[in-house]
Amino acid sequence: MTSVYGPATNWATDFDHADPEYNKNIHKIWDDLKTSGCPIAHTDRYGGAWLPLTYEMVHEISYDTTHFSSRSPVVGQLKPSEIPDAIPAPVGGVPPISSDPPFHAGARHLLLPIFAPKKIDPLNSVIREFCHKLIDDMGDKEFVDGAVEYAQNIPVMVVAHLLGFPLADADQFRVWIRSALEDVGESREQREIDQLALADYINKHIDQRIENPGDDLISYLLNAEMEGEKLSREHVFGTVALALIAGIDTTWSALGSSLLHLASNSVDRRRLVENPSMIPQAIEEFLRAYAPVTMARLVTEDMEFHGVHMKKEDWVLLPFPAANRDEKEFPNADTVDIDREINRHTAFGLGIHRCIGSNLARLELNVAVEVFLERFPDFEQDTKEEVKWSLGQVRGPRKLPLRILARS
Amino acid sequence: MRVHVDPSKCQGHNRCYALAPELFDVDDYGNAFELNDGVVPAGLEDKARLALANCPEFAISIEE
Repeated sequence: MTSVYGPATNWATDFDHADPEYNKNIHKIWDDLKTSGCPIAHTDRYGGAWLPLTYEMVHEISYDTTHFSSRSPVVGQLKPSEIPDAIPAPVGGVPPISSDPPFHAGARHLLLPIFAPKKIDPLNSVIREFCHKLIDDMGDKEFVDGAVEYAQNIPVMVVAHLLGFPLADADQFRVWIRSALEDVGESREQREIDQLALADYINKHIDQRIENPGDDLISYLLNAEMEGEKLSREHVFGTVALALIAGIDTTWSALGSSLLHLASNSVDRRRLVENPSMIPQAIEEFLRAYAPVTMARLVTEDMEFHGVHMKKEDWVLLPFPAANRDEKEFPNADTVDIDREINRHTAFGLGIHRCIGSNLARLELNVAVEVFLERFPDFEQDTKEEVKWSLGQVRGPRKLPLRILARS
Repeated sequence: MRVHVDPSKCQGHNRCYALAPELFDVDDYGNAFELNDGVVPAGLEDKARLALANCPEFAISIEE
């Protein structure tokens, strides 16, 4: 399928983050923009959007919730104001990621205990066992797809577990997530059909939990209170949709990029196989260098920003992955260095919207990489086949051809 | 040496807790706080500095 806008013609003035060339060549595109003196790219696509590339600007926007609203964290062809029945600020459609102060704090506060480190640690053994099963399922194949046969399955299992959804529906989740996150430049009709199907699925589960509460996030939300009142149905629905959409593509992408790095860097691979205790620090470096998630904001009023004139309702992409490659903040930013000890990366965002699932994502990444290296102490990229990159605001390999050289 | 987490800045990234669990703990909401009134036992000074240097929110301070 092709974007309704056609291929991007100029990355400085007509960029398209959902153009297949963007994620594939992202580091070269940013470097070219920065060296040509364009730290903020612009496009008229999507009704007008900006792409600031420095750590300083990403930092500033993250903390300025007055001028930059989170109401719609994924750039679409329509602005929220053009969508009938869209839930207005400060709540937005998928709280708390779509919420602004003052509503945001309460909506986030009630979710934080679910994702706190000590609460999620017991999932370690569940994830580990599942990773081993995925590798068992690969049998003795020499060639495997690290994205399809491994990375994509782990966060789906975790999120299904969290929400009490059957794992058998995993393929269906991935279709909806792709539609929501990757197909932003394609025909709106198919996306609307997918969104309705996703809404039906979630509503069916909410109705079931009202009848038969369980030990899952939906039941928790149905019981939760904000300022002494139960959450609205829209709020419960939005948070469930958020958990499903935000928890899967993101971790899958970070894991795929980490495996790709290890497949193509034999020194790092060997060091981590020999010293698994180095894995957590290496994961932080992979999160810095291959951060998957770019968020979006909407400008709340006309303003000047670092020499450009932003208009009310312009989109602003918030590329944490580009901030992580800023030489001013990270010396030798383009070198992936698993010995990097000082690493104040922004892969999980900055400020009040810090990824609420970051502890869970880190746990999944650490366990999944550890098990993969334990079972496949040697592997390489199968260069006969191409790596296929995702489209849009979440960047990671969707096809990752690997050749297994040793098993244990 | 003493460490301190500014609760108004901490967003629960948990980098300090992962890097120096001897010096930091997290509450039920995943927000960090310093252990032992922030007093850094001898020999753990480098860990305290590492935690400070890795906090994405610049929420940690050190009193030498």
